[in-house]
Amino acid sequence: MGDKTFYQELMEKGYTRRDFLKFCGLMGAMLGLQSTGISQVVDALQTKPRKPVLWYHFQECTCCSESFLRASHPLVGQILLEMISLDYSDTLMAAAGEQAEAVRNQAMKDFYGHYIMIVEGSIPLGSPGYCTIAGRDAKSVFEEGANGAEAIIAWGNCASSGCIQHAYPNPTKTEPVHKIYSGKPIINVQGCPPIADVMAGVITYILTFGKLPELDNMGRPVVFYGRRVHDTCYRRPAYDAGLFVQSFDDENAKKGYCLYYMGCKGPNTFNSCAVIKWNNSVSYPIQSGHGCIGCSEPNFWDYEPLYSHIPYVHGIGIEATADKIGAGLTAVALGGVLAHAVVTNIQKRKLIKNQMDDLSINENEFDKDEKSNIRQQDKIDSQIDDIEKNKDIHKD
Amino acid sequence: MISRKAPLREVYVWQLPVRIFHWVNAFVITVLCITGYIIGDPPAIMHGTAPEANYWFGWVRLAHFIAAFIFVVNFAVRIYWFFAGNSFAKWYNYIPLKKKQWRGIFETIKIDVLLLSPKPVYDIGHNSLAAFTYFGLFIIMAIQTFTGFAMFCVSTNNIFEPFFTWLLFEMGGFFPVRNIHHILMWAFILFAIAHIYLVFYHDYIERNGIASSIIGGWKFINATIVKEAEKEELEQEKIKLDEKRLETIEKKIKV
Repeated sequence: MGDKTFYQELMEKGYTRRDFLKFCGLMGAMLGLQSTGISQVVDALQTKPRKPVLWYHFQECTCCSESFLRASHPLVGQILLEMISLDYSDTLMAAAGEQAEAVRNQAMKDFYGHYIMIVEGSIPLGSPGYCTIAGRDAKSVFEEGANGAEAIIAWGNCASSGCIQHAYPNPTKTEPVHKIYSGKPIINVQGCPPIADVMAGVITYILTFGKLPELDNMGRPVVFYGRRVHDTCYRRPAYDAGLFVQSFDDENAKKGYCLYYMGCKGPNTFNSCAVIKWNNSVSYPIQSGHGCIGCSEPNFWDYEPLYSHIPYVHGIGIEATADKIGAGLTAVALGGVLAHAVVTNIQKRKLIKNQMDDLSINENEFDKDEKSNIRQQDKIDSQIDDIEKNKDIHKD
Repeated sequence: MISRKAPLREVYVWQLPVRIFHWVNAFVITVLCITGYIIGDPPAIMHGTAPEANYWFGWVRLAHFIAAFIFVVNFAVRIYWFFAGNSFAKWYNYIPLKKKQWRGIFETIKIDVLLLSPKPVYDIGHNSLAAFTYFGLFIIMAIQTFTGFAMFCVSTNNIFEPFFTWLLFEMGGFFPVRNIHHILMWAFILFAIAHIYLVFYHDYIERNGIASSIIGGWKFINATIVKEAEKEELEQEKIKLDEKRLETIEKKIKV
């Protein structure tokens, strides 16, 4: 199955060369390639055999697959499924049960060391019963697949950093791919879900250049996760002008002002939502009037609240915002200082009124230091003496 | 006329760089706290102009960034002065490595915090407890510097940008870094309350010119204490000289 090239596959399915070149141009533009780079894409997709891909689902909601299937440009989704040789995907494949398992085992045997493993979902390390496939626990299925993979693509926030099931208190003790496996190149395609075109771009890059794209130190491809939503947002001028939506139904919301005050996490989030956008490039959350929730950042669920930038502080019984605690502590400090001032006037009355009989300095204190200094001095002196004595002996 | 009969000596305690550091730091931290708070929780200062005709939030951020750069340069000079300054400014004042400093800390807690005795603790430079809290403050200042620059990495392309971008992701991205940066702001506010109060307190009960010393640099200290301190300084110098002598002798023998 892995022998045909992507181009051959497309031609067989009845696409035109024009469609193919359009797709290549689109991908090249998205990856930020020069025009010469696009010919590289064309060349690679015409000559290189399709990459065998095994697509695993663990603890997740399948929204990454959904996103992938709804890729923006009409062809992308369909084309992508042609572009890779998707040998195993338990939610998409026609086969089920033992048949599906047989396909997976066969593909793993045939392409051992050459296939790309796509992981959707995090892997629970608690009870093995939290996530099982064909009666086996997620961890062993994952490790078996990972051992034979050339590279692992962690699709979405679940596989990249655990998403909501990893949020405190993490009842299933679930962990993302990079926390439980190392030794293979791992690429984190972040987002909940990631943008379909980003997913397509990553696969195109790997196919074209035969290596992983440049990653940041969170494992995310820099091309797509190099800039913040905030810095590419069309509402940024409202932010700089200090024009904020104060509640979701006010006049400012209608005017399309900045959602920062409403807790928009665009300033915290590296993603290309504001550039590529979603659903055929129709819109993205902020354009639709809701703040970004930061779904392409690790542990974003744990940084509550969603609708404010002032952090909650956990672990003191009730949840309180940092500023309430800060203001409380400030009040306590002011009160404490006041009380201290009052007590000072009582306790130190004699000192203040100059009526202390005994203001003498405790000379013992200084004696202690003096003694230790003398001891140190003696030690050095005796060392010098010793050396000089030895010298004399040698001379003799 | 009420007067006190006490033999006092004037001591030059805070050198000019220390005083400059103090006041620049005080001013800049005030600016940083105010602008930082506005950035974290913007007040509803709305206006009728179109977004492109106004830039007030941008100016607030600019003020924060300029103040931050002054803060960092100022801090760097102070770090240099930890090694180049006089014995009251040197780094070893701030880290309680000696028994004497721990003794001082407990004494100060007993006398100045819990007010158990009317007799004051005598120190020429910082008292040991204050110095130790400054050590904590320096650490917090360093954390604020690093978290701040990590977040600033997206707004700049200066030569440190790659390092700070790396640092940002290493610390878990904007979410935790923002929270740390925001929460630690309160440490400065709490510190300022205690610090300013204690200056008043010491000036009021000890009358050693502590409040004016940060303007002029001089303090009035009990003559006996100064004498003892001078004596100890001499002893320490002698020990250092002897240590050097020992070293040279040892080297000669090896040759």
